[in-house]
Amino acid sequence: MPMFLNEDQAMLRDSAREFLKTEAPVSHMRKLRDEGCKDGFRHALWKQFGEMGFTGILIGEDDGGLGLGHVEAGVVLEEIGRNLSPSPFLTTAVAGVSALNHGGQHLKDKFFPGILAGETVLALAIDEHAKHRPAQIATKAEKSGNGFRLSGKKQFVVQGASADALIVAARTAGAPGETDGITLFVVDKDAANLSIDNTRLVDSSMAAHVTLDGVEVDGDAVIGDVDNGWQVLSALLKAGRAGSAAELVGVGSGAMDMTVDYLKQRKQFGRLIGEFQALQHRAAHLYSEMEIARAAVLKAQQLLDEGQDSADIFVSVAKAKAGRSANLAVREGVQMHGGIGMTDEYDIGFYMKRDRALNEFMGDANFHAGRVAEIFGY
Amino acid sequence: MSDLDQFRTEVRAWLEENCPAEMREPVRGDDDVCWGGRNWQFKNEAQKLWLERCVAKGYTVPDWPKPYGGAGLSAAETKILRQEMARIGARPPLSSFGIWMLGPALLHFGTEEQKVHYLNQIARGEIRWCQGYSEPGSGSDLVSLQTYGEDKGDHWVVNGQKIWTSYADKCDWIFCLVRTDKTNKYQGISFLLFDMETPGVTTKPIKLISGNSPFCETFFDNVVVPKHQIVGELNRGWDVAKYLLGHEREMISGGGLGDGAPSLGAQLKNSIGTNGLGQLDDGILRAELAQFDVDALAFKAMAERFGDEMKAGKGHPAQPNMMKYAGTELNKRRHELVMAGNGSDALEWESEASKGGAKARNWLRTKANSIEGGTSEVMLNVISKRILDLPGA
Repeated sequence: MPMFLNEDQAMLRDSAREFLKTEAPVSHMRKLRDEGCKDGFRHALWKQFGEMGFTGILIGEDDGGLGLGHVEAGVVLEEIGRNLSPSPFLTTAVAGVSALNHGGQHLKDKFFPGILAGETVLALAIDEHAKHRPAQIATKAEKSGNGFRLSGKKQFVVQGASADALIVAARTAGAPGETDGITLFVVDKDAANLSIDNTRLVDSSMAAHVTLDGVEVDGDAVIGDVDNGWQVLSALLKAGRAGSAAELVGVGSGAMDMTVDYLKQRKQFGRLIGEFQALQHRAAHLYSEMEIARAAVLKAQQLLDEGQDSADIFVSVAKAKAGRSANLAVREGVQMHGGIGMTDEYDIGFYMKRDRALNEFMGDANFHAGRVAEIFGY
Repeated sequence: MSDLDQFRTEVRAWLEENCPAEMREPVRGDDDVCWGGRNWQFKNEAQKLWLERCVAKGYTVPDWPKPYGGAGLSAAETKILRQEMARIGARPPLSSFGIWMLGPALLHFGTEEQKVHYLNQIARGEIRWCQGYSEPGSGSDLVSLQTYGEDKGDHWVVNGQKIWTSYADKCDWIFCLVRTDKTNKYQGISFLLFDMETPGVTTKPIKLISGNSPFCETFFDNVVVPKHQIVGELNRGWDVAKYLLGHEREMISGGGLGDGAPSLGAQLKNSIGTNGLGQLDDGILRAELAQFDVDALAFKAMAERFGDEMKAGKGHPAQPNMMKYAGTELNKRRHELVMAGNGSDALEWESEASKGGAKARNWLRTKANSIEGGTSEVMLNVISKRILDLPGA
């Protein structure tokens, strides 16, 4: 597969670009923030995602989806990143669907129609501490009748309070630190003994602290096999990490484009600040980093779509590289904008905030560089 | 099976049968790289055999057309050949500035006669080329070059001095930028080819901080160059030079890919040492290596993307400048880490154990990566101007 988008993928990019620029530009996000929107996204926009076919990208054709891959999902995510468009796309249509693709037909039948229609929202309840450490999962799932009883605390559950169901990673065996003994469950939002505490994040997205205090689920709620959830969780994480890396490339590119434009407009000392070599070189370095990040992300997506083992390491390379590069883009963006970059009125600050949240999502650049070292055995 | 799968199967079988075992070992020293040319001394029979077999198949320049010594492979086929060679660790049969730099320029600007003549020589490894670009007063500001070719009817008489001419003392011919019109800065330069054995050409190696002398000063004292040895039009050599610089930058950026090993951290594990968890026992160095491995793998993806885009005519024409910048800066970082990871062992300059100070000398050599073929600063200028379209750049 050549390392650029084929014709179909380029068409998808063009339509996603047009759609998001029109329906959910940065001003859309600003409006939701100003209104104090409790969902952090518009259900009407999610419905449009369904109409555009985006929500079915990773759903197989047999289940009514498009049967496409991570490259296509990434194409949409990059445009989401560029426009800072709030939506459940990454968590529901990318990570959530990737997990459900490993589950039984009954789960697909239950959730895919709603996802395809842009109605159903899934949230991911994985992290239990401030830092992403999926192997450290301690939430317990004990046998109870025909099902399980779940107890534990989760955090950084993005859009957790707006979701129809949560995908919860819990431990049916083993101890924190072990990858064996983890099982994934789908938990209905209205389940008894489930409390969801909605909170706003720095980027004005919504996330929840979730407490499971003996939540009963039946056996049908298990995604994949009991005790072997690590496999399903890995599929979910790979999709989410590659996807968030793609979104980061969009965030970084959006910030870079804005900044380069600003360098061509702002005058000081009687000339455009973009004439100063001190700024030119930093902008050119940033361009280089963003190009490399985009290539790393595309490589990871292609390897995932080909089902290659090396996808694992490349997903971490992509998340680490995209994380660092986008972070550079937003920091340079605010600095090169000078005073105006510090104002709430100007959009560049939104990029900085979104980058921070996305970097943290499913492991930051340090976490993923550490994973690379681990996989290489040093 | 698709045609490409079929091709892969054939290539795999051909390599299996024809690539000698010695040519699948990693390159350890300078003489493991075959540069060809009139005076080339093959290191061993395997090196000679591997070159001959690849020449016969057109695999020294697989994507060049067959009449010019290539195999006429498509971009996709060439990529497969490279992948299959990498899979078994096959060394390139021939390395040369003829392949990387002059060849592409001739394919673009040369006459049919020139292509048939020079490209076949390059493909067969018969002539080793050097590049006469920089002058003592013309480094980053290359276009200010002074070496002058005086028009004498059917030939030019060239006088002047070049510097940083790679391996000039070992090369057979030179492709050289010569001023043929003193009144026009950009459109007063011609791109000439001539034999280094022509009377009046002398070379003097320059000893570098590595202790080695890969570069020379080259002097021209009334050197006669026949008029048919010009590439492109008279006084339009700067166009050829710029085109060729793109390929040079691409080539130098390849240093960023290292020796093909997937992880520098893993490579340095034994020399650094590990703790009870099997992790490098220097946490900060481990972190630096992990960051490096991330950047190196990401750059590898970028190199693949760059190659694919260029072959498909999709890339930005100034993208080689970005590749050169990123690749050389990465390679310098790699060698800093190799030195750090090997500690005092890597400081040895002459010992047998250090292979004559190979690590230290290679480390020092890489410092030139971001200078030769256009400095990092010039690359950033070009990106600013041609890609980002920044004002006054």
